[in-house]
Amino acid sequence: MPLPLAFIWSEFAQQVTGGLAAGAIYASLALALVLIYQTTNVVNFAQGEMATFTTYIAWTMMKHGVSYWPAFVLTLLIAFGGGVAVERVLIRPVEHRPEIVIVILTIGMLITINGLTGWIWGAEVKAFDSPFPNRSLVLGNVSISIQDIGTFGVCLGTVAVLWLFFRFTTLGLAMRSVAFNPDASRLMGVRVGWMLALGWGLAAALGSVAGMMAAPTVFLDPDMMLVVLIYAFAAAVLGGIDSPVGAVVGGLLLGVVINLLGSYVSFVGQELRLPTALAVLLLVLVIRPTGLFGRVVVQRV
Amino acid sequence: MSTLLELRGVEARYGPIKALHGVSLTVSEGEIVALLGANGAGKTTTLRAVSGTVRHSGGEVVFAGKQLVSGRPDAVARAGIAHVPEGRGLFAQLSVWENLRMGAYVRGERRTLRQEAPRVCQYFPWLERRRDQQAGTLSGGEQQMLALARALVGRPRLLMLDEPSLGLAPTIVQEIFRIVKQCNADDGLAVLVVEQNANVALDAAARAYVLEVGQVAIEGESAELRRHEGIRKSYLGY
Repeated sequence: MPLPLAFIWSEFAQQVTGGLAAGAIYASLALALVLIYQTTNVVNFAQGEMATFTTYIAWTMMKHGVSYWPAFVLTLLIAFGGGVAVERVLIRPVEHRPEIVIVILTIGMLITINGLTGWIWGAEVKAFDSPFPNRSLVLGNVSISIQDIGTFGVCLGTVAVLWLFFRFTTLGLAMRSVAFNPDASRLMGVRVGWMLALGWGLAAALGSVAGMMAAPTVFLDPDMMLVVLIYAFAAAVLGGIDSPVGAVVGGLLLGVVINLLGSYVSFVGQELRLPTALAVLLLVLVIRPTGLFGRVVVQRV
Repeated sequence: MSTLLELRGVEARYGPIKALHGVSLTVSEGEIVALLGANGAGKTTTLRAVSGTVRHSGGEVVFAGKQLVSGRPDAVARAGIAHVPEGRGLFAQLSVWENLRMGAYVRGERRTLRQEAPRVCQYFPWLERRRDQQAGTLSGGEQQMLALARALVGRPRLLMLDEPSLGLAPTIVQEIFRIVKQCNADDGLAVLVVEQNANVALDAAARAYVLEVGQVAIEGESAELRRHEGIRKSYLGY
Protein backbone atom coordinates (compact mmCIF):
# COMPACT_ATOMS: atom_id res chain seq x y z
CA MET A 1 0.00 0.00 0.00
CA PRO A 2 1.50 3.39 -0.97
CA LEU A 3 2.14 5.70 1.91
CA PRO A 4 -0.16 8.74 2.01
CA LEU A 5 2.91 10.94 2.30
CA ALA A 6 4.41 9.50 -0.87
CA PHE A 7 1.13 10.07 -2.68
CA ILE A 8 1.09 13.72 -1.65
CA TRP A 9 4.70 14.12 -2.69
CA SER A 10 4.06 12.83 -6.19
CA GLU A 11 1.01 15.06 -6.52
CA PHE A 12 3.11 18.00 -5.40
CA ALA A 13 5.87 17.16 -7.88
CA GLN A 14 3.37 16.98 -10.72
CA GLN A 15 1.90 20.34 -9.79
CA VAL A 16 5.38 21.85 -9.69
CA THR A 17 6.37 20.50 -13.11
CA GLY A 18 3.05 21.61 -14.58
CA GLY A 19 3.66 25.03 -13.04
CA LEU A 20 7.17 25.17 -14.48
CA ALA A 21 5.84 24.44 -17.97
CA ALA A 22 3.20 27.16 -17.72
CA GLY A 23 5.75 29.40 -16.01
CA ALA A 24 8.21 28.96 -18.87
CA ILE A 25 5.56 30.33 -21.25
CA TYR A 26 4.93 33.30 -18.94
CA ALA A 27 8.69 33.76 -18.65
CA SER A 28 9.15 33.91 -22.44
CA LEU A 29 6.43 36.48 -22.90
CA ALA A 30 7.60 38.42 -19.83
CA LEU A 31 11.11 38.49 -21.25
CA ALA A 32 9.72 39.78 -24.53
CA LEU A 33 8.04 42.61 -22.58
CA VAL A 34 11.30 43.37 -20.76
CA LEU A 35 13.33 43.43 -23.99
CA ILE A 36 11.12 46.17 -25.31
CA TYR A 37 10.76 47.95 -22.00
CA GLN A 38 14.54 48.22 -21.65
CA THR A 39 15.00 50.08 -24.92
CA THR A 40 11.68 51.75 -25.66
CA ASN A 41 10.70 52.35 -22.00
CA VAL A 42 7.13 51.24 -22.48
CA VAL A 43 5.21 48.05 -21.89
CA ASN A 44 4.12 46.66 -25.24
CA PHE A 45 0.47 45.82 -24.68
CA ALA A 46 0.29 44.23 -28.13
CA GLN A 47 2.95 41.61 -27.28
CA GLY A 48 0.34 38.92 -26.67
CA GLU A 49 -1.62 39.69 -29.83
CA MET A 50 1.54 39.72 -31.92
CA ALA A 51 2.26 36.25 -30.51
CA THR A 52 -1.27 35.04 -31.30
CA PHE A 53 -1.06 36.36 -34.85
CA THR A 54 2.21 34.55 -35.52
CA THR A 55 0.84 31.35 -33.95
CA TYR A 56 -1.98 31.49 -36.51
CA ILE A 57 0.67 31.81 -39.23
CA ALA A 58 2.29 28.63 -37.90
CA TRP A 59 -1.14 26.95 -37.84
CA THR A 60 -1.75 27.94 -41.48
CA MET A 61 1.61 26.57 -42.55
CA MET A 62 0.95 23.27 -40.80
CA LYS A 63 -2.52 23.10 -42.31
CA HIS A 64 -0.86 23.34 -45.71
CA GLY A 65 1.38 20.41 -44.96
CA VAL A 66 4.51 22.00 -43.53
CA SER A 67 5.69 19.82 -40.69
CA TYR A 68 6.00 21.16 -37.18
CA TRP A 69 9.63 22.19 -36.73
CA PRO A 70 10.12 23.84 -40.14
CA ALA A 71 6.88 25.75 -39.51
CA PHE A 72 8.18 26.66 -36.05
CA VAL A 73 11.44 28.08 -37.39
CA LEU A 74 9.73 29.89 -40.27
CA THR A 75 7.29 31.43 -37.82
CA LEU A 76 10.15 32.70 -35.68
CA LEU A 77 11.69 34.37 -38.73
CA ILE A 78 8.38 35.88 -39.82
CA ALA A 79 7.72 37.11 -36.27
CA PHE A 80 11.19 38.63 -36.14
CA GLY A 81 10.63 40.46 -39.43
CA GLY A 82 7.21 41.58 -38.28
CA GLY A 83 8.59 42.92 -35.01
CA VAL A 84 11.29 44.88 -36.82
CA ALA A 85 8.68 46.25 -39.24
CA VAL A 86 6.36 47.31 -36.40
CA GLU A 87 9.17 49.26 -34.76
CA ARG A 88 10.32 50.91 -37.98
CA VAL A 89 6.86 51.80 -39.28
CA LEU A 90 4.73 52.40 -36.18
CA ILE A 91 6.95 53.10 -33.19
CA ARG A 92 9.72 55.10 -34.84
CA PRO A 93 7.54 58.09 -35.78
CA VAL A 94 6.48 58.49 -32.14
CA GLU A 95 9.83 57.52 -30.60
CA HIS A 96 10.51 60.92 -29.08
CA ARG A 97 6.95 61.61 -28.00
CA PRO A 98 5.88 61.15 -24.37
CA GLU A 99 5.73 57.52 -23.28
CA ILE A 100 1.97 57.62 -22.91
CA VAL A 101 1.70 58.15 -26.67
CA ILE A 102 3.61 54.94 -27.34
CA VAL A 103 1.57 53.08 -24.73
CA ILE A 104 -1.66 54.14 -26.39
CA LEU A 105 -0.21 53.14 -29.74
CA THR A 106 0.53 49.62 -28.44
CA ILE A 107 -3.00 49.39 -27.04
CA GLY A 108 -4.27 50.38 -30.48
CA MET A 109 -2.10 47.65 -31.97
CA LEU A 110 -3.55 45.15 -29.48
CA ILE A 111 -7.07 45.89 -30.67
CA THR A 112 -6.14 46.08 -34.35
CA ILE A 113 -4.13 42.85 -34.43
CA ASN A 114 -6.82 41.07 -32.41
CA GLY A 115 -9.47 42.18 -34.91
CA LEU A 116 -7.26 41.33 -37.86
CA THR A 117 -6.67 37.83 -36.49
CA GLY A 118 -10.40 37.23 -36.10
CA TRP A 119 -11.07 38.66 -39.55
CA ILE A 120 -8.49 36.46 -41.28
CA TRP A 121 -8.92 33.20 -39.38
CA GLY A 122 -12.34 33.48 -37.75
CA ALA A 123 -13.20 33.49 -34.08
CA GLU A 124 -13.83 29.77 -33.61
CA VAL A 125 -11.41 27.83 -31.45
CA LYS A 126 -8.88 25.71 -33.35
CA ALA A 127 -6.76 22.79 -32.23
CA PHE A 128 -3.03 23.38 -32.47
CA ASP A 129 -0.62 20.47 -32.78
CA SER A 130 2.01 19.85 -30.19
CA PRO A 131 5.39 18.55 -31.29
CA PHE A 132 5.57 16.43 -28.16
CA PRO A 133 3.93 13.04 -27.55
CA ASN A 134 0.89 13.04 -25.33
CA ARG A 135 2.42 10.63 -22.85
CA SER A 136 3.93 10.84 -19.42
CA LEU A 137 7.33 10.05 -18.10
CA VAL A 138 7.06 8.01 -14.93
CA LEU A 139 9.82 8.45 -12.40
CA GLY A 140 9.11 6.37 -9.30
CA ASN A 141 5.55 7.35 -8.51
CA VAL A 142 5.79 10.79 -10.07
CA SER A 143 4.47 11.04 -13.58
CA ILE A 144 5.50 14.08 -15.59
CA SER A 145 3.85 14.90 -18.88
CA ILE A 146 6.29 14.96 -21.78
CA GLN A 147 4.31 17.92 -23.09
CA ASP A 148 5.32 19.87 -19.99
CA ILE A 149 8.96 18.89 -20.26
CA GLY A 150 9.04 19.85 -23.94
CA THR A 151 7.33 23.20 -23.37
CA PHE A 152 9.74 24.00 -20.56
CA GLY A 153 12.71 22.93 -22.66
CA VAL A 154 11.76 24.91 -25.77
CA CYS A 155 10.95 28.11 -23.85
CA LEU A 156 14.01 28.02 -21.64
CA GLY A 157 16.17 26.89 -24.58
CA THR A 158 15.09 29.98 -26.48
CA VAL A 159 15.84 32.14 -23.46
CA ALA A 160 19.29 30.53 -23.16
CA VAL A 161 20.06 31.20 -26.83
CA LEU A 162 19.05 34.83 -26.33
CA TRP A 163 21.25 35.05 -23.26
CA LEU A 164 24.24 33.72 -25.22
CA PHE A 165 23.49 36.21 -27.98
CA PHE A 166 23.44 39.17 -25.58
CA ARG A 167 26.44 37.97 -23.63
CA PHE A 168 28.84 36.97 -26.37
CA THR A 169 28.08 38.66 -29.66
CA THR A 170 29.00 42.16 -30.77
CA LEU A 171 25.44 42.87 -31.78
CA GLY A 172 24.17 41.64 -28.41
CA LEU A 173 26.63 43.89 -26.60
CA ALA A 174 25.60 46.86 -28.74
CA MET A 175 21.94 46.18 -27.94
CA ARG A 176 22.68 46.07 -24.22
CA SER A 177 24.68 49.29 -24.45
CA VAL A 178 21.70 50.96 -26.13
CA ALA A 179 19.45 49.79 -23.31
CA PHE A 180 21.78 51.30 -20.71
CA ASN A 181 22.84 54.50 -22.45
CA PRO A 182 21.59 55.29 -25.95
CA ASP A 183 23.42 58.62 -26.17
CA ALA A 184 26.78 57.10 -25.33
CA SER A 185 26.05 54.23 -27.74
CA ARG A 186 25.59 56.70 -30.58
CA LEU A 187 29.00 58.17 -29.81
CA MET A 188 30.41 54.64 -30.15
CA GLY A 189 29.08 54.49 -33.70
CA VAL A 190 26.02 52.36 -32.91
CA ARG A 191 22.97 52.85 -35.13
CA VAL A 192 20.60 53.10 -32.19
CA GLY A 193 17.39 53.07 -34.22
CA TRP A 194 18.22 49.73 -35.77
CA MET A 195 19.11 48.26 -32.39
CA LEU A 196 15.63 49.23 -31.16
CA ALA A 197 14.09 47.57 -34.21
CA LEU A 198 16.18 44.46 -33.58
CA GLY A 199 14.92 44.42 -29.99
CA TRP A 200 11.33 44.50 -31.22
CA GLY A 201 12.13 41.70 -33.66
CA LEU A 202 13.65 39.49 -30.98
CA ALA A 203 10.75 40.22 -28.63
CA ALA A 204 8.24 39.27 -31.33
CA ALA A 205 10.11 36.03 -32.07
CA LEU A 206 10.23 35.19 -28.38
CA GLY A 207 6.53 35.93 -28.09
CA SER A 208 5.78 33.60 -30.98
CA VAL A 209 7.59 30.81 -29.14
CA ALA A 210 5.34 31.47 -26.15
CA GLY A 211 2.30 31.46 -28.44
CA MET A 212 3.16 28.20 -30.15
CA MET A 213 3.93 26.53 -26.83
CA ALA A 214 0.73 27.79 -25.20
CA ALA A 215 -1.59 26.97 -28.13
CA PRO A 216 -1.77 23.14 -27.71
CA THR A 217 -3.11 23.51 -24.15
CA VAL A 218 -5.17 26.70 -24.27
CA PHE A 219 -6.26 26.11 -27.91
CA LEU A 220 -5.94 28.61 -30.69
CA ASP A 221 -8.34 31.53 -30.74
CA PRO A 222 -7.85 35.27 -31.25
CA ASP A 223 -7.97 35.94 -27.50
CA MET A 224 -5.69 33.09 -26.55
CA MET A 225 -2.82 35.22 -25.25
CA LEU A 226 -4.83 37.81 -23.32
CA VAL A 227 -4.67 35.84 -20.10
CA VAL A 228 -1.09 34.74 -20.74
CA LEU A 229 -0.15 38.39 -21.22
CA ILE A 230 -1.58 39.27 -17.82
CA TYR A 231 0.45 36.48 -16.24
CA ALA A 232 3.48 37.75 -18.14
CA PHE A 233 2.88 41.29 -16.84
CA ALA A 234 2.68 39.94 -13.31
CA ALA A 235 5.85 37.92 -13.88
CA ALA A 236 7.76 40.86 -15.33
CA VAL A 237 6.69 43.14 -12.47
CA LEU A 238 7.52 40.43 -9.94
CA GLY A 239 11.00 40.02 -11.34
CA GLY A 240 11.54 43.71 -11.99
CA ILE A 241 10.34 45.17 -15.27
CA ASP A 242 13.86 46.13 -16.35
CA SER A 243 15.51 42.83 -15.47
CA PRO A 244 15.71 39.97 -18.01
CA VAL A 245 16.75 37.51 -15.31
CA GLY A 246 13.90 38.77 -13.17
CA ALA A 247 11.39 38.17 -15.97
CA VAL A 248 12.45 34.55 -16.32
CA VAL A 249 12.61 33.84 -12.59
CA GLY A 250 9.35 35.76 -12.07
CA GLY A 251 7.62 33.76 -14.80
CA LEU A 252 8.69 30.38 -13.44
CA LEU A 253 7.92 31.39 -9.85
CA LEU A 254 4.49 32.67 -10.80
CA GLY A 255 3.69 29.51 -12.80
CA VAL A 256 4.58 27.24 -9.91
CA VAL A 257 2.98 29.33 -7.16
CA ILE A 258 -0.30 29.75 -9.08
CA ASN A 259 -0.44 26.03 -9.80
CA LEU A 260 0.22 25.13 -6.18
CA LEU A 261 -2.27 27.66 -4.84
CA GLY A 262 -4.87 26.37 -7.29
CA SER A 263 -4.41 22.80 -6.12
CA TYR A 264 -3.82 23.18 -2.40
CA VAL A 265 -5.72 26.27 -1.33
CA SER A 266 -9.32 25.27 -1.72
CA PHE A 267 -10.81 28.73 -2.22
CA VAL A 268 -8.38 29.59 -5.05
CA GLY A 269 -9.26 26.60 -7.22
CA GLN A 270 -9.38 27.14 -10.97
CA GLU A 271 -11.42 30.32 -10.94
CA LEU A 272 -9.23 32.50 -8.76
CA ARG A 273 -5.91 31.82 -10.49
CA LEU A 274 -5.96 34.95 -12.59
CA PRO A 275 -7.08 37.23 -9.74
CA THR A 276 -4.28 35.70 -7.68
CA ALA A 277 -1.76 36.69 -10.33
CA LEU A 278 -3.15 40.21 -10.28
CA ALA A 279 -2.96 40.23 -6.49
CA VAL A 280 0.73 39.30 -6.81
CA LEU A 281 1.17 42.18 -9.24
CA LEU A 282 -0.47 44.63 -6.84
CA LEU A 283 1.45 43.34 -3.84
CA VAL A 284 4.78 43.70 -5.62
CA LEU A 285 3.94 47.19 -6.79
CA VAL A 286 3.07 48.23 -3.25
CA ILE A 287 5.80 46.45 -1.29
CA ARG A 288 8.72 46.30 -3.70
CA PRO A 289 8.09 48.36 -6.83
CA THR A 290 11.45 47.46 -8.35
CA GLY A 291 10.64 43.75 -8.18
CA LEU A 292 12.99 40.96 -7.11
CA PHE A 293 15.82 41.85 -9.50
CA GLY A 294 15.01 45.38 -10.66
CA ARG A 295 17.28 48.29 -10.02
CA VAL A 296 16.25 51.45 -8.31
CA VAL A 297 16.26 54.29 -10.78
CA VAL A 298 18.02 57.25 -9.26
CA GLN A 299 16.94 60.44 -10.87
CA ARG A 300 19.18 63.47 -10.69
CA VAL A 301 17.33 66.65 -9.96
CA MET B 1 50.30 70.22 -41.70
CA SER B 2 47.00 69.71 -43.43
CA THR B 3 43.74 70.63 -41.82
CA LEU B 4 41.84 67.72 -40.28
CA LEU B 5 38.86 69.48 -38.75
CA GLU B 6 37.44 72.82 -39.73
CA LEU B 7 34.46 74.64 -38.29
CA ARG B 8 33.17 77.51 -40.40
CA GLY B 9 30.75 79.86 -38.70
CA VAL B 10 29.01 77.08 -36.78
CA GLU B 11 25.82 78.09 -35.02
CA ALA B 12 23.84 75.96 -32.60
CA ARG B 13 20.86 76.49 -30.37
CA TYR B 14 19.03 74.79 -27.52
CA GLY B 15 15.42 75.54 -28.30
CA PRO B 16 15.12 79.33 -28.51
CA ILE B 17 18.51 79.95 -26.89
CA LYS B 18 21.41 80.38 -29.23
CA ALA B 19 24.55 78.81 -27.78
CA LEU B 20 26.99 79.24 -30.66
CA HIS B 21 27.07 82.44 -32.71
CA GLY B 22 29.31 81.34 -35.54
CA VAL B 23 32.35 79.48 -34.24
CA SER B 24 35.25 79.05 -36.66
CA LEU B 25 38.31 77.01 -35.78
CA THR B 26 40.65 74.41 -37.21
CA VAL B 27 42.55 71.42 -35.93
CA SER B 28 45.42 70.13 -38.07
CA GLU B 29 46.57 66.53 -38.39
CA GLY B 30 48.60 65.53 -35.37
CA GLU B 31 47.86 68.71 -33.45
CA ILE B 32 46.60 69.23 -29.92
CA VAL B 33 44.26 72.20 -29.67
CA ALA B 34 42.68 73.55 -26.49
CA LEU B 35 39.31 75.22 -26.26
CA LEU B 36 39.13 77.57 -23.28
CA GLY B 37 36.48 79.83 -21.90
CA ALA B 38 34.19 80.56 -19.00
CA ASN B 39 31.15 78.51 -18.08
CA GLY B 40 28.46 78.88 -20.69
CA ALA B 41 30.82 80.22 -23.35
CA GLY B 42 29.89 77.34 -25.64
CA LYS B 43 32.91 75.03 -25.29
CA THR B 44 30.87 71.87 -24.71
CA THR B 45 28.34 72.85 -27.37
CA THR B 46 31.17 73.28 -29.89
CA LEU B 47 32.29 69.68 -29.30
CA ARG B 48 28.69 68.50 -29.44
CA ALA B 49 28.12 70.29 -32.72
CA VAL B 50 31.10 68.42 -34.15
CA SER B 51 30.06 65.01 -32.85
CA GLY B 52 26.49 65.63 -33.90
CA THR B 53 24.90 65.27 -30.47
CA VAL B 54 23.66 68.82 -31.07
CA ARG B 55 22.51 69.85 -34.52
CA HIS B 56 24.21 72.90 -35.88
CA SER B 57 21.70 75.37 -37.20
CA GLY B 58 24.22 77.24 -39.33
CA GLY B 59 27.72 77.00 -40.73
CA GLU B 60 29.50 73.81 -41.56
CA VAL B 61 31.79 71.22 -40.01
CA VAL B 62 34.35 69.70 -42.35
CA PHE B 63 36.35 66.67 -41.28
CA ALA B 64 39.09 65.16 -43.43
CA GLY B 65 37.74 67.02 -46.45
CA LYS B 66 34.15 65.85 -46.00
CA GLN B 67 31.25 67.77 -44.58
CA LEU B 68 29.83 66.10 -41.47
CA VAL B 69 26.11 65.50 -41.34
CA SER B 70 24.46 67.36 -38.49
CA GLY B 71 22.71 65.27 -35.86
CA ARG B 72 24.21 61.87 -36.72
CA PRO B 73 26.68 61.04 -33.90
CA ASP B 74 26.99 57.44 -35.06
CA ALA B 75 28.11 58.52 -38.54
CA VAL B 76 30.56 61.03 -37.06
CA ALA B 77 32.03 58.30 -34.86
CA ARG B 78 32.47 56.04 -37.89
CA ALA B 79 34.18 58.90 -39.73
CA GLY B 80 36.93 58.71 -37.09
CA ILE B 81 36.06 61.19 -34.36
CA ALA B 82 35.96 59.96 -30.77
CA HIS B 83 34.09 62.23 -28.39
CA VAL B 84 34.54 61.70 -24.66
CA PRO B 85 31.58 63.78 -23.50
CA GLU B 86 30.83 65.68 -20.34
CA GLY B 87 30.16 63.05 -17.67
CA ARG B 88 32.27 60.57 -19.67
CA GLY B 89 29.40 58.55 -21.15
CA LEU B 90 30.53 55.22 -19.76
CA PHE B 91 28.23 52.22 -19.61
CA ALA B 92 28.13 52.01 -15.82
CA GLN B 93 26.38 48.63 -15.76
CA LEU B 94 28.79 47.01 -18.20
CA SER B 95 32.21 45.71 -17.25
CA VAL B 96 35.47 47.51 -17.92
CA TRP B 97 36.19 45.15 -20.80
CA GLU B 98 32.73 45.45 -22.31
CA ASN B 99 33.21 49.21 -22.33
CA LEU B 100 36.44 48.73 -24.25
CA ARG B 101 34.65 46.39 -26.65
CA MET B 102 32.12 49.16 -27.29
CA GLY B 103 35.02 51.49 -28.07
CA ALA B 104 36.18 49.03 -30.72
CA TYR B 105 32.65 48.64 -32.15
CA VAL B 106 33.09 51.55 -34.53
CA ARG B 107 35.70 49.67 -36.59
CA GLY B 108 34.44 46.12 -36.18
CA GLU B 109 34.57 45.03 -32.58
CA ARG B 110 36.48 41.75 -32.52
CA ARG B 111 39.32 42.48 -34.92
CA THR B 112 39.80 46.03 -33.64
CA LEU B 113 39.87 44.95 -30.02
CA ARG B 114 42.43 42.23 -30.79
CA GLN B 115 44.63 44.73 -32.59
CA GLU B 116 44.22 47.79 -30.40
CA ALA B 117 43.67 46.54 -26.84
CA PRO B 118 47.35 45.62 -26.26
CA ARG B 119 48.45 49.07 -27.42
CA VAL B 120 45.91 50.87 -25.24
CA CYS B 121 46.63 48.66 -22.24
CA GLN B 122 50.24 49.81 -22.34
CA TYR B 123 49.00 53.22 -21.27
CA PHE B 124 46.56 51.77 -18.72
CA PRO B 125 48.03 48.51 -17.38
CA TRP B 126 45.34 48.20 -14.70
CA LEU B 127 42.58 47.75 -17.30
CA GLU B 128 43.44 44.14 -17.96
CA ARG B 129 43.66 43.24 -14.30
CA ARG B 130 40.21 44.69 -13.64
CA ARG B 131 38.51 43.79 -16.89
CA ASP B 132 35.47 42.21 -15.22
CA GLN B 133 34.78 45.03 -12.77
CA GLN B 134 31.59 46.99 -13.35
CA ALA B 135 32.54 50.37 -14.79
CA GLY B 136 30.18 52.21 -12.43
CA THR B 137 32.16 51.00 -9.42
CA LEU B 138 35.44 52.57 -10.59
CA SER B 139 36.74 55.75 -8.96
CA GLY B 140 36.30 59.04 -10.81
CA GLY B 141 39.87 59.04 -12.09
CA GLU B 142 39.64 55.44 -13.22
CA GLN B 143 36.38 56.18 -15.01
CA GLN B 144 37.99 59.08 -16.85
CA MET B 145 40.87 56.82 -17.84
CA LEU B 146 38.51 54.09 -19.00
CA ALA B 147 36.60 56.64 -21.07
CA LEU B 148 39.89 57.74 -22.62
CA ALA B 149 41.00 54.14 -23.20
CA ARG B 150 37.65 53.30 -24.77
CA ALA B 151 38.01 56.25 -27.15
CA LEU B 152 41.57 55.22 -28.07
CA VAL B 153 40.65 51.59 -28.79
CA GLY B 154 38.61 52.76 -31.78
CA ARG B 155 41.79 54.33 -33.17
CA PRO B 156 40.21 57.69 -33.97
CA ARG B 157 41.87 60.33 -36.14
CA LEU B 158 40.55 63.05 -33.85
CA LEU B 159 39.96 62.77 -30.11
CA MET B 160 37.64 65.30 -28.46
CA LEU B 161 37.84 65.51 -24.67
CA ASP B 162 35.32 67.50 -22.66
CA GLU B 163 36.86 68.68 -19.39
CA PRO B 164 38.87 65.57 -18.56
CA SER B 165 40.14 67.25 -15.39
CA LEU B 166 36.71 67.88 -13.88
CA GLY B 167 36.55 66.74 -10.26
CA LEU B 168 39.85 64.86 -10.38
CA ALA B 169 42.97 65.12 -8.23
CA PRO B 170 45.88 67.06 -9.81
CA THR B 171 48.12 63.99 -10.10
CA ILE B 172 45.43 62.13 -12.02
CA VAL B 173 44.85 65.12 -14.28
CA GLN B 174 48.57 65.19 -15.06
CA GLU B 175 48.53 61.46 -15.75
CA ILE B 176 45.64 61.83 -18.18
CA PHE B 177 47.28 64.67 -20.07
CA ARG B 178 50.59 62.78 -20.10
CA ILE B 179 48.85 59.87 -21.83
CA VAL B 180 47.08 62.16 -24.29
CA LYS B 181 50.41 63.78 -25.20
CA GLN B 182 52.01 60.36 -25.48
CA CYS B 183 49.35 59.17 -27.94
CA ASN B 184 49.76 62.37 -29.88
CA ALA B 185 53.53 61.81 -30.08
CA ASP B 186 53.28 58.07 -30.81
CA ASP B 187 50.51 57.98 -33.40
CA GLY B 188 50.01 61.58 -34.45
CA LEU B 189 46.56 61.58 -32.84
CA ALA B 190 44.88 64.96 -33.22
CA VAL B 191 43.16 66.23 -30.06
CA LEU B 192 40.63 68.95 -29.38
CA VAL B 193 40.32 69.42 -25.64
CA VAL B 194 37.89 71.57 -23.71
CA GLU B 195 39.22 72.66 -20.35
CA GLN B 196 38.43 74.94 -17.44
CA ASN B 197 41.92 74.28 -16.18
CA ALA B 198 43.73 76.49 -18.68
CA ASN B 199 47.18 75.85 -17.18
CA VAL B 200 47.05 72.13 -17.85
CA ALA B 201 45.46 72.60 -21.25
CA LEU B 202 48.00 75.16 -22.48
CA ASP B 203 50.82 72.87 -21.33
CA ALA B 204 49.54 70.11 -23.57
CA ALA B 205 48.23 72.09 -26.52
CA ALA B 206 50.17 73.76 -29.29
CA ARG B 207 47.38 76.22 -29.96
CA ALA B 208 44.24 77.34 -28.21
CA TYR B 209 40.99 79.17 -28.84
CA VAL B 210 39.20 81.19 -26.20
CA LEU B 211 35.43 81.24 -26.52
CA GLU B 212 33.30 84.07 -25.19
CA VAL B 213 29.51 84.04 -25.51
CA GLY B 214 29.45 81.50 -28.29
CA GLN B 215 32.19 82.99 -30.42
CA VAL B 216 35.96 82.72 -30.73
CA ALA B 217 37.33 85.79 -28.94
CA ILE B 218 41.04 85.06 -28.97
CA GLU B 219 43.17 82.48 -30.72
CA GLY B 220 46.86 81.76 -30.86
CA GLU B 221 49.82 79.61 -29.94
CA SER B 222 49.82 78.43 -26.35
CA ALA B 223 53.00 80.30 -25.41
CA GLU B 224 51.62 83.48 -26.90
CA LEU B 225 48.31 83.10 -25.06
CA ARG B 226 50.13 82.55 -21.77
CA ARG B 227 51.60 86.04 -22.16
CA HIS B 228 48.22 87.57 -23.04
CA GLU B 229 47.22 89.72 -20.11
CA GLY B 230 43.48 89.14 -20.34
CA ILE B 231 43.94 85.40 -20.47
CA ARG B 232 46.39 85.42 -17.60
CA LYS B 233 43.96 87.29 -15.40
CA SER B 234 40.79 85.51 -16.44
CA TYR B 235 41.89 81.94 -16.92
CA LEU B 236 45.36 81.35 -15.51
CA GLY B 237 45.00 83.21 -12.25
CA TYR B 238 48.27 85.13 -12.09
